Amino acid sequence: MNIPVEYMLILSAVLFFIGVFGFLTRRNLVSLLISTELMLNAVDINFAVFNAYCHPSHLEGYIFSIFGIGVAAAETAVAIAIIINVYRNIHSIHIKRLTNLKH
Amino acid sequence: MRPEAALLGIYLILFIFDLVAGERQRKIFHPIACVLMVALCFMVTSNMSSFTLFGGMYESNAMIVVMKAILTFGSMLVVMQAKKWLHDENTFNKQGEFYVLMLSTLVGMFFMLSARHFLLLFLGIELASLPLACLVAFDKFRHNSAEAGIKYILTSLFSSAIMLYGISFLYGTTGTLYFTDMVAGINGSPIQIFALVMFFAGLGFKISLVPFHLWTADSYEGAPTSVTAYMSVISKGAAVFTLFIVLTKVFAPMMPQWQTIIYIAAIASITLANLMAIKQTVLKRFMAFSSISQAGYIILAVIGGQADGMTAMVYYLIVYMMANMAVFTIIETIEWETRGVVERNTFNGLYSTNPKLTLIMTLALFSLAGIPPFAGFFSKFFVFMSAFGAGFHILVFIALVNTVVSLYYYLLIVKAMYMKENEQPVASIKCNTYTRISLSICVIGILLLGICSFVYTGIDKLSF
Repeated sequence: MNIPVEYMLILSAVLFFIGVFGFLTRRNLVSLLISTELMLNAVDINFAVFNAYCHPSHLEGYIFSIFGIGVAAAETAVAIAIIINVYRNIHSIHIKRLTNLKH
Repeated sequence: MRPEAALLGIYLILFIFDLVAGERQRKIFHPIACVLMVALCFMVTSNMSSFTLFGGMYESNAMIVVMKAILTFGSMLVVMQAKKWLHDENTFNKQGEFYVLMLSTLVGMFFMLSARHFLLLFLGIELASLPLACLVAFDKFRHNSAEAGIKYILTSLFSSAIMLYGISFLYGTTGTLYFTDMVAGINGSPIQIFALVMFFAGLGFKISLVPFHLWTADSYEGAPTSVTAYMSVISKGAAVFTLFIVLTKVFAPMMPQWQTIIYIAAIASITLANLMAIKQTVLKRFMAFSSISQAGYIILAVIGGQADGMTAMVYYLIVYMMANMAVFTIIETIEWETRGVVERNTFNGLYSTNPKLTLIMTLALFSLAGIPPFAGFFSKFFVFMSAFGAGFHILVFIALVNTVVSLYYYLLIVKAMYMKENEQPVASIKCNTYTRISLSICVIGILLLGICSFVYTGIDKLSF
């Protein structure tokens, strides 16, 4: 079973731009966070695919993916902590309520 | 690795002190942090030799050490001016967290500067931006702070995802992540241009260049003032230096392409930010737009990609740091006096009650605007000269016209301080010793950095 590399790249591109679209259109802070996670996952797929298909002699791509997953987890933790903080202050995580700083 | 090791040592000392200190020891926490930061400045500069580590992933040379010393020095100024805020009852018990988070962003920036491998660069950027988001949202009970924090962290996540997508295509086309090996595989194919644009967009968010600047004003306004000062100078400086390194080392064969990108970004940042800054009345927001336009001036030094551009950039960063720190220190001082948002009207008639602060503010604003005897003039001059030498005459002309516009809005504040009548000006303020020291350092820097030519020639010898 051998899947061509283009299919993998299309998968990751679609995933990435679903993430971008979600980030620009969703109105809930947690959905925004999920959208950025989709983008980061697309990047991880890209690195793994390039390593497996194009440059199998070294493991740089896989290692980058692993670090990417770790950093994404840390980012999510920080972002969720701040979202909880926002919720405690205004009892909502809807973007329309975040207008204190808009002039 | 000595700067990073020293930084981690200080990090651990402060962290353990935070754990074991009782109520009484906490009072000397701030002096200890200041002394350690001063010591760090010396330790960072102790080894100026060139070397590489980890098979070429980490590089250090005299210029990078100078840049690290500048960042450390700026962080020291931030710690010193933050005393009033850190000794407030809401933050007093968690001031250790401030030092620890700030030092971890500093470690991240050190790795950004020294990285010669994209994995290390990525980790450095993330280490520099994640704790910064915590710092922005530091005032837990103030909604504005949390709002600024969430806006910062989401844009920074978005931008690093975009940047990583670009890096992944670079890896796919060249098969390596080392800067030195990658440059051989760069040939300007469409997919690499795509990668370049993505990478530039990711770093553009960190530098807050114009198409990517939308988070800046909100985050700068909502963050605690000391953190705003830190973001506007230190984190921006590290990102610009990294941009210079990556563009000249990795994307060297694609120079025409990235020059076009920078050309557009510089004009857009300078012009739009200047026009937006005119109508801002809240001072921290005003400084946010001012810092966007200053970022536009800084990347004028990147566009040539030559050694003199690097000299001009580092020199600009030092001068900009001095002036911006002075402005933010004064904003913070007045903020604590009036206990409210500092607007342009707050400065009305400040001269009648606080002549010294007014004088320092005037010097700093003149330096930011680039009026001749002060350092800001020379830094702008060298930046323009490097861009002019690279052949971008129209770009320099547009930037010059914009300095006049920026002079207008900086002078609006000066006018408010000296000429506007006010029945209830801000009461006479007595600053604490740390604020005084940091303000005097800034004033000495503004006055002398331009006149003492050895600063520029000294940096010029080290640049590569």
